[in-house]
Amino acid sequence: MSSTDNLRNVHRFVILTCGSTVLLLMAGALVTSNDAADSVPDWPLAYGKIIPPFVGGIRYEFTHRVVAGLVAILTLALALWLARSERRPWVRRLGWTVLALVLTQALLGAFRVLERHAALSATAHAILAQIFFAALVSLALFTSSWWQFEVPLLDDPGSPCVSSLAASTTAVIFGQLVLGAAFRHGAFGIVPHIVGAGVVALAVIWTGRAAKKRFARIPSIRRSVVWLHATFGTQILLGGAAYWAILASREAPQPSLAYVALSVAHVLVGALTLAASVILTLVCFRLIRREPARAHTHAQSEVLTR
Amino acid sequence: MKNKSLCFGFAALLALAFTGCGNKSSNESSEQPAATSAPGATVDAATAGSVSGSVKLDGTAPRMRPINMSAEPYCQKANKGPVVPPEVVTGEGNTLANVVVYVKDDMSKYSFPTPSDAVPLAQQGCMYDPHVVALMAGQTLEVKNDDQTTHNIHPMPKDNREWNKSQPPGAAPIDDSFARPELGIPVKCNVHPWMKSYIFVFKNPYYAVTAKDGKFEIKDLPPGTYTIVAWQEKYGTQEQTVTIGPKEAKEVSFTFKASGTAGD
Repeated sequence: MSSTDNLRNVHRFVILTCGSTVLLLMAGALVTSNDAADSVPDWPLAYGKIIPPFVGGIRYEFTHRVVAGLVAILTLALALWLARSERRPWVRRLGWTVLALVLTQALLGAFRVLERHAALSATAHAILAQIFFAALVSLALFTSSWWQFEVPLLDDPGSPCVSSLAASTTAVIFGQLVLGAAFRHGAFGIVPHIVGAGVVALAVIWTGRAAKKRFARIPSIRRSVVWLHATFGTQILLGGAAYWAILASREAPQPSLAYVALSVAHVLVGALTLAASVILTLVCFRLIRREPARAHTHAQSEVLTR
Repeated sequence: MKNKSLCFGFAALLALAFTGCGNKSSNESSEQPAATSAPGATVDAATAGSVSGSVKLDGTAPRMRPINMSAEPYCQKANKGPVVPPEVVTGEGNTLANVVVYVKDDMSKYSFPTPSDAVPLAQQGCMYDPHVVALMAGQTLEVKNDDQTTHNIHPMPKDNREWNKSQPPGAAPIDDSFARPELGIPVKCNVHPWMKSYIFVFKNPYYAVTAKDGKFEIKDLPPGTYTIVAWQEKYGTQEQTVTIGPKEAKEVSFTFKASGTAGD
């Protein structure tokens, strides 16, 4: 297998792991939304067995564990593959880091089951899931052929620079996901999460405007901004709908289908919004010169727009 | 250089994430030995009185949304017709069941032996029976699974030790207890999220849970003035003060006003 083929295959494998992680996030969100987090009181076995009775809330919790096991195996294979074939040491290190993250996440999940400090451990579990997913998305970008081509650097004529704005937006979105997880698991009320949504909206709009204004002709930046806007807009709508579902089902004897569907979608699109922002940030760091601005030539921009 | 910056950026995000989850909220505090009453005076049976009465609902009980048991075919089969959550259960004459009536006052100058008999909590037709359980600190709670399906029993106290145990069909009863008094401990089965119950743990034996006839009786109360509290899951608490003389039997009635109608 040629080196190019190998690079392409590694990248495809990272994408597969990312896709499996989206399924894992969905399985985890289904556990919480169906109020099934404690339906299996033991770990690593379930009801003392490898396969427990597949009834009620156990279905969600057990499926979550199975998908988590699958993602852990994929991540181990990915780390080993990178260790064998990746020439960049920092990418190899990132491969081991994502493996460490998924193993830590498994231990945190076990702590959640066995110790039951629900608000703290479930919130931490949800946050680490987002970190793991963001790390995998970064790895997907780093292993893409686009990342490995030499590209001429751009100068950012504005201030603050778009790279910093994008990084700040990523941090703000991450903070918002922390607040959302804390609300979902009963550590906080809804107010910080609603305020957080406002802050994220400002950050996303500011970054998007700056990036579009200064780098309108750079397809990779433009596409990343479009993705960020699309996921964030969807997320705002889903957030409102999920909150309506919470209010509407307050008197219901069990989680309603509308609540489950909307809250799970809100969690997933939240992760995708973070991923879009991480990609925009990394693309900006890749393309925009970080030294003091120097005039870049029209020819350089032309190369990048191709 | 650029790659190093990226690594630093990612490390900064990780650090930010971990600082975000440092909220130390815990509803569990250090466990203490089981509550055996400190040595104190015993209640003089020759002078003890009682409080009895009934609890009623003023208005129409709310129409609750039926539980959807389709996720578990056994549960559906085990019940004839739709089942509604037993949040407001009324009897003839609008009497209220599942109301906990208890003496609020400090009775620590008396000692009360922990009853040796276990208080049952059954799982029947994928519902808890009874819906509200009251017992003394240290008294055994005996949880039985009469269903042909798996349940988990998960009390979520704030002042006691939280536990979560599985109980497959045909398993032996689970015996456990609560060391400290605590009101309204929610109990859930996470396999069947509609299964909810409440446990009240008292330091003294001055409590009762109403049946469908709404009646209660609290016996062997030493003479004195007491605050009697009635708790209902949906309507909250009510209090009344009553003075009991030697050998006196007082009657107290509580009426909860129906407010709002769930499921409409």
